[in-house]
Formats: sequence, C-alpha cells, structure tokens
Amino acid sequence: MTLNSSRRIFLKSSALAGIVFGAAPRSLMRAVYAQGSVSKRKTMVVIFQRGACDGLNTVIPYADSGYAKARPTIAIPAPGRGREGSALDLDGHFGLHPALQDLRPLYQEGHLGIVHAIGSPDLTRSHFDAQDFMESGTPGLKSTADGWMNRCSSTLGQTESRFRAVALTQTLPRMLRGSSPAVALARIDDFHVREDIEMSEGRGMMGDGRQRYGRGAQSNRSEGTATAQKADGGSSSAAFEKLYADAAHDMLGNAGRETFEAIEALKLADPAKYRPREGVSYPRGRLGDSMRQMAQLIKADLGVELAFVDIGGWDHHTAEGSSTGQLANLLRQLGGSMAAFHQDLGDRMNDVVVMTMTEFGRTVRENGNRGTDHGHGGVSFVMGGPVNGGRVHGRFPKLSEEHLFEGRDLPVTTDFRDLVGEVLVRHLGVSDLKRVFPNYEVKPSAFVGALRA
Amino acid sequence: MNRDGRFRTLLSLTLASQMAVLGPLAGADPETTIQKIPNDDATAIHVLNRLTFGPGPKDLGRVKQMGVAAWIDAQLRPSTATDTALATRLAPLETLSMDTAELRAKYETPPDVRQQIQKARAEKDAAEGKTGTASAGQRSDEMDPKARREERAAMVKRFPQLATLQGTPRKVIAELQAGKVLRAAYAERQLDEVMADFWFNHFNVFARKGPVEFMIGDYERDIRERSFGKFEDLLGAVAQSPAMLFYLDNWQSVDPGFSPRDLYRQQGMGGRPRLNGNRPPGGGGATGAKQPPKRTFGINENYARELMELHTLGVDGGYTQKDVVEVAKAFTGWTILGEGPGGPRRNKESRFAFAEPAHMKGDKRVLGVTIKNGDEKEGLEILHLLATHPSTAKFISAKLVRRFVADIPPQALVDRAAATFTKTGGDIREVLRTLLTSEEFLGPAYRSAKVKTPFEFVVSSVRATGAEVKNPRPLTEKIGAMGMPLYLQQPPTGYKDTAEEWVSTTSLLERMNFALDLSAGRVRGVAFDPGSIDNQAATLDSVAAQILPSGLSPKSRETLEAEAKKDGNDRAKLVGLVLGSPEFQRK
Repeated sequence: MTLNSSRRIFLKSSALAGIVFGAAPRSLMRAVYAQGSVSKRKTMVVIFQRGACDGLNTVIPYADSGYAKARPTIAIPAPGRGREGSALDLDGHFGLHPALQDLRPLYQEGHLGIVHAIGSPDLTRSHFDAQDFMESGTPGLKSTADGWMNRCSSTLGQTESRFRAVALTQTLPRMLRGSSPAVALARIDDFHVREDIEMSEGRGMMGDGRQRYGRGAQSNRSEGTATAQKADGGSSSAAFEKLYADAAHDMLGNAGRETFEAIEALKLADPAKYRPREGVSYPRGRLGDSMRQMAQLIKADLGVELAFVDIGGWDHHTAEGSSTGQLANLLRQLGGSMAAFHQDLGDRMNDVVVMTMTEFGRTVRENGNRGTDHGHGGVSFVMGGPVNGGRVHGRFPKLSEEHLFEGRDLPVTTDFRDLVGEVLVRHLGVSDLKRVFPNYEVKPSAFVGALRA
Repeated sequence: MNRDGRFRTLLSLTLASQMAVLGPLAGADPETTIQKIPNDDATAIHVLNRLTFGPGPKDLGRVKQMGVAAWIDAQLRPSTATDTALATRLAPLETLSMDTAELRAKYETPPDVRQQIQKARAEKDAAEGKTGTASAGQRSDEMDPKARREERAAMVKRFPQLATLQGTPRKVIAELQAGKVLRAAYAERQLDEVMADFWFNHFNVFARKGPVEFMIGDYERDIRERSFGKFEDLLGAVAQSPAMLFYLDNWQSVDPGFSPRDLYRQQGMGGRPRLNGNRPPGGGGATGAKQPPKRTFGINENYARELMELHTLGVDGGYTQKDVVEVAKAFTGWTILGEGPGGPRRNKESRFAFAEPAHMKGDKRVLGVTIKNGDEKEGLEILHLLATHPSTAKFISAKLVRRFVADIPPQALVDRAAATFTKTGGDIREVLRTLLTSEEFLGPAYRSAKVKTPFEFVVSSVRATGAEVKNPRPLTEKIGAMGMPLYLQQPPTGYKDTAEEWVSTTSLLERMNFALDLSAGRVRGVAFDPGSIDNQAATLDSVAAQILPSGLSPKSRETLEAEAKKDGNDRAKLVGLVLGSPEFQRK
C-alpha cells in the first residue's frame, strides 16, 4: 500500500499535493477539498415516495365538491373552525393533510411550493415501470440504461468531490445509475473497512467514542492527521483497495474504486460530527435518518450536488385512513423530516432545493376497501431558498368525470421533467437539458414557476 | 373447501388442451443443445456456481465423480426422501413445522392487545419528544432487545392472555429467515432450494403485511411442491393461497353491491361484519381512528394487475387497464375463510374460500376472450388462459434465463425455452432442462457473468469456508443490512436479479466487512476454522482453490501474494480477502 493510492483524491489537486503528504492540519485539508469548488455548489435533493402516494389526500382540493363525493370514507374534512383532523387551509381551495402540519409554516413563509397534477406522460399503472420511467427520465422507453440524475451529473463539469451524486440508500437507485460516479451509503458514520476498528480496539478511540482509525495512527494520530492510519501497511483495507483498483473497468470494479474514494473523503470531512442543530428533531424511521445524514453531508462541505433519498410504503389499496391512519403516519414522517431538514440546514437552505416525487397518483374515487387504486397525476413538494413558495403551481382540473383521465384519475398537467428541468436550470445552472432528458424538449415556457427565475 | 377437486378440473383443462395441440414431445435440437456435457473442472465449477448457493469444499469432487450431466439430472429430479442432516439443523426452529392455524393460535397477538401496545408506544414516543410513527414491525426492530423485553413484560402483566402465547410474531419471521439461510447453506438438493427461492421471489409476498407472516410457511410448502411441475399448477396454488390473497388484497375484493351485513344476518351470525372492520394485525400501522360511519365495498384491482404484470404475461404482455378491471371482477369472492365474507368469523385456519355472494355476476371479457358467467370457474379459466398465453411462456422463460445465464438474457435461448414451455404445457422441469443443457449456459461465454445477490454472497461464503452455522440470526441480519431482508421485500416485484441492483458502494463495503468478520471468527454463532483448509500447496493456492475454485485474476493473485508474504501467510486473513475480492462477488 502506498500513500499514493490512498491519497489519490488530493493528488489530483497537484498544487497542494506536497502539503498533503505531510501531517497537514485538517483545516488545511478541508481547504484543499474546498479548492475544487467543492463546497460552493448548489444542491438538489430528491425524495422519492415509492408505491404511489395519494396526492389528493396529501394536498387536498377541498373546495371541489367532487373530492368529498368520490371519497365517502377517506376524505379529509375541509378546514373549518379548528375541527380536529380537518385539512390545513393553504389558499381557500387546497388544504394540507393535517399530518403535514410541520410543512404549513414553510408554505406560509414561502419556502415551500406545491405542484399538483404532476407526473409522467406514460400511461402505465405499473409501479415498477412507472418508477423506472421516472428514474430513467425517458417515459415509455425501456432501453435507457442510465438514470437522469446520473446524466445530469455528467453535465455539471469537473469536480473533485466523490459525493457530487449521492444516495442514502443501500443500493444505488436507478436514477443515479450510469457512467458518472455515484455513491450509495446507508449510514455515514459506519463507512469504512471494519478491520480498522478491530485493530484499533482500546487504542484508536476517538473522543466521541467512535472508533475510526487503525493501529498505525498511533504515532501521529492527533486530530487532523488523516494520512497516517494505514502507514503500517498491514491493513486489509489497503489490500481490498488494491484488489478493486486493479479490477476490470466494469460495474463492480468501478463501484469498488468509488467505495474507497468515498471512505477517504468521509474520513477527511468527518460529517458525523455535524450533529443536528439545537432543537431540531428528525422523526423516527428511515426517512428521518436519511434526511439527518443528508444534512450532515451537506454541512461537511462534501460537495453534494445531486442527492437522493427514498421512502416506501405508499401503496394504500386498503385501509388508507383519513386524517389518521396509514397514509397519515407516512405523511407525518415526510413532513417532519422535510421540516427538520429545513431547520437543521438554516441559511444553507439558500443553496438547496428539495423536491418530492412519486411514480403516479391514485384513483380519485376510493375503492371497495377504503383505499385507492393506481391512478395517474400526483403531487410534488418543492422546498428551499430559491423556491417560489406559498403557492400551488400547475393546472388543476375539476374533479368531475369528464375532466378526469379515463374518467377516473387526476390527469397529468405538468410533466415531471418540466419541474425537474426547472430546478436543474434555475438552481443548478444546467444548460444542456437535452443530455439529461434526451427525448424530450424542456422549454422554459413550460416551467410552472416553482423556482424564482 | 376441497382444493384438490378444483385443481383436478384445472389440470384436466390443461391436459386436454395439450393433447389437442401436440403430438409427442419433439426431440432436442442438436444445434443448440449440448449432446455430451463435458465433465471438466471449469464446467463443473460453473454449474455449481449457478445451480447451487456456491460450491463447498467437497462439491467439485462429488460433481466430477458423478459426472456433470448426471449431477444436473439428479438436481432436476430432487428425491422426496428426507434430507436428514438438514432436518436435524432445522429441528430447533419449531415454528417452521407449524401450519398457519397453529402459528396464529400460538403467536398472534390479539387485536385489542396489539392496539394497546401501539398506543403505549405512541405515548412513550410523545413523552420523549419523538415524532413520526414507524410501522409496528419497523418500530419493534428499532428497539434494543432489552427495551423490547421490558415492554413485553409490562404488556404481559397488563394482558394476561399474552402469557398463553408461545412468543411474538417476531420469532416467526426470524425463524423463517433462519430456516431459509440454513436450507440454502446445507441442503443436499441445492437446485430445489434455488428454485424455491426463485418462485417465492417471483410470487413475492411481504411478511409484515397483516397475518401474512403466519401464512408464509404453508405458502412456501405449496410453492416448493410445485417448483419443478406445471406452471399452471403453481399459479393456481398461489392464486388460492391465503398469503397471496391477503398480500394483494383480493380477499376483500367484492361485488360493490354486496353487503356482508346482510349476509351475516341471513346466516344468523349477528355481530359486525369483519370484512372491512378487520384491521390486519401488525404491519401497516394502526389507523387509530374511529371507523368512518359509512362502509363501502367493491372490487380491488391489486391482485388482478400483478397477476398479469408480474406473475404471468409481463408488463408488455398485451393486457390493458380494461383487462385488469375484468380480471378483478372475475376474482371477486376469492377470499380467505375466516377473514373475508362468508364466515365463520375468527376462524384462524386461513384457508381459501370462494364466497359466492360476494362475487360479481355476469360474463367477463379478458384478452379478447369471453369468460362465461360461472362463479369460481371464471377465475380458474382466467388462470388457464394466462398460464398458457405465449407472453407468459416468454416472460417466465426470460426470467429463468436471467437467473441462470445472464442479466441480459440471450434471446435465442429465451425463445427455445419459451418453445419448450409451450410445447410441454408449462412444464418447469423441461424448461429448465432446455436451459441447463444449452450452449449458452454450458459454454464459456457467460461464466462468472452474474453478480451474487447479498443472500447468495453470504450463503456462498459460508459454503465455501465450510463454516459451521450454530445460529443463523447474525447471517440473516447481515443479508438485511446489505439491502435484501428475507421475506421483507414490500413491493410485489420481489428482489431484482441483476447486477446493477446489488453493486453499490455501500453494499460492496458491507460485503468486504462481512468477509473479514467471517474469516476472523467475528460473526457471532458462525464458526470458521482456518485450519480446516487443505494445506498441501502454498497457503494462498490452498485458500484460493477452496474458496474461489473459478480462480483469481493474475493481478489479484499478485496483490494477495504480497499480502500473504507480509502477514506470514495468515490464512484467516487471506480467506477474508478472497471472500471480499471482486472475483468472489461473481458466480
């Protein structure tokens, strides 16, 4: 094992490479890291709601009489005189599900916008295909090998960051698969080869109780020297790194190399030390955990530009519930996680846009089991500094049969690519949308105005 | 209800159609079928990699002794004799031998108690300032074992009836997972295990939805009995299994005009109907709400859609939304005795039942075919129509080729497998035979082309090292941590069988860490003895020969030789490095 390969990331910044070889203080390394304009970038976070969220019980068109009529047992009551369980009024027409109360102040303050009747133009009601299309970014075309977020990553120019495209998931989502590097990690504070822990037992404990570096770190392990932990060369981590460095340039080899680069970057930036801001409490569950860690990655200046988290369980064919129940429980997690993230990042939200996506909406009418079946148009939230919030964007039709898609579903009046495109252009400064959405022309005239121009 | 009778009808339909169309089976095509399967090391290793959960130390010798061709044939005809060594290992997992009724009687928490537990948890969360409500199963996973035990003890004190149960549903799922790992690791009839896994995944159900966790044992037995048989028989068994009926909601899909209240009144059973008031236990979280005053009933499209999209035709198999609705109508009334309409209530036997009063009358039109009004027969006719449809032959064949040959299935082989499917009336064993004797499968083109799933990786590590699994729990937890919790894939798609799903930074790191943990004896309950590795050759050669018979790349060998030198031939460490190497991730 040579220093060379483990320091690969920094050697790329050749001007400062000499300093890195020495026992440079961490602050300087951070400066090196930041030099590749890593920290200055803007970030887009996608929250994918897998299973098709019922948009009509999320952002409720309570003023349309068709709504309550179509849903005799699961409709959310219209807002009124503080009645418990009623919708939280937004604009006299729409209301938020009461479980989304954490989001209402963000809406009122203009940090949160809503796009209703949004979705994919493809007519499939298959979860699998619809998710696939929404992630590939090419509805109707199954042969697309990569995801739109990965293609977007390749349009963003050079970066030194290994975390430009990151998913807080166990497996890399379709949206991020492709030729550009992308990292999937389930837990950021446990991302290393475990042998290092084993070898450091009793010796390598960091002050915060986490064990991080290996035996070799003894000699000069003071905070800020991330260079020495592999110096004794006995580590399996180094051997694995070499095995994967030499592996073929295929999916497995590439992922192996990206793994070790990510381990290295995480050691240096140490996102785990960025605890949630005082008073911020993320909801229990996977989404809350993901959003908390996403905030840590962003605060650690790891250069996150395209980020992905997901939350499953939205497929409520039975006993969906109304003001309380299964959907309410999930929405509480969603709203709570988004609000906590917003509060946690504070001013940094000026550089962040969070948007939610789901593969399709659900039937306007409830089905025979107090649930809803697969529909068409759904709803997206858009949150962050640049957001044109406090409004429900998009064209929302009347809920009478003649205005519905196939007489049963909310139609799609905003193609999801127009909203994604708007975020990419106005927030991330992407100029080549043709590469992101190859068979679709995203026209600024079709932007719903979710972001300030 | 006599299920056998129904299947006899179904079977005779199948046979009749076959005999009408076909003469005797055509002989194998000499162009594409390997007449004489070579009995060399490379072929044997490849076959072991694909038809088993990975070669163990003695497997290569055994296959070669028997001959690859004879070994494949034997795997295709698993004997029904007890695998006694395996049975001994499974014996301590007492829930595995229980049927649904027994499991529910012994492990199901009564609904009122369950509600109380959930309420107590919610109050505790609120008191601690925590927000958000995970599902009961998730919530329980997040608790540490001590907290879980304390909560349980408190609940038993409050609800003495809990003390009469033998354990919690957690135990049932844990033992299912443990059984699956033990079977994969130790079963003699490996292809039988591979196929049971394949079909369970094809007909995926989620253990945490309602009482499904208690139904999976029976469900898997039903599947296992049919995994080399006729596809239509398998499809029919799944369609009438309580596990699938519950998981895809068909048990509550009824004629919109049907009123269970009337039915119960007619039957003089009184009380409230359970059709919709019956909150599934466990999964999904409690509504906590008062039931809305007005009940509605009607059809539920969930099963009908997935039946065509995932179980038979495939999403491009040529059906429409209209077909989905028509199929859903035909299956109204297919329900679970004791759960759905038709009573008697609180019958925990959980058997299939056809509830005639809940069935929508009238002809249905599916895929251009008129299905005559005929109660339960409509569903059976539709299953037959789907099982014998050309799209199904293609879809199932492609999925099998993807499993056994390559992520992108070679089309010519799919076509041949589909032809066998059609020719034999969906005989799974014969489709497999076409596949496993093909040039594509046996030739060098696709060797090591597949990446192992987390389940395959963990089990193949155990098999390769010859490790002794005393307690499978740590292994099932690892598999879960790698993104593949067994029996807990929520969507009906099951787990994907392609590399891009399983190759990611996180999962690779988990694999490397598992490899080191296993070889260093750090996996609780799993004993590996590095001294067990034959040491006649140089250390690295012996290790590689046993752990990775398909071989290391020259560069990997170089790296590992340097490691071996540095560490004084530390065998355990070399085993760990080989298990975590890129080569071992493939099969």
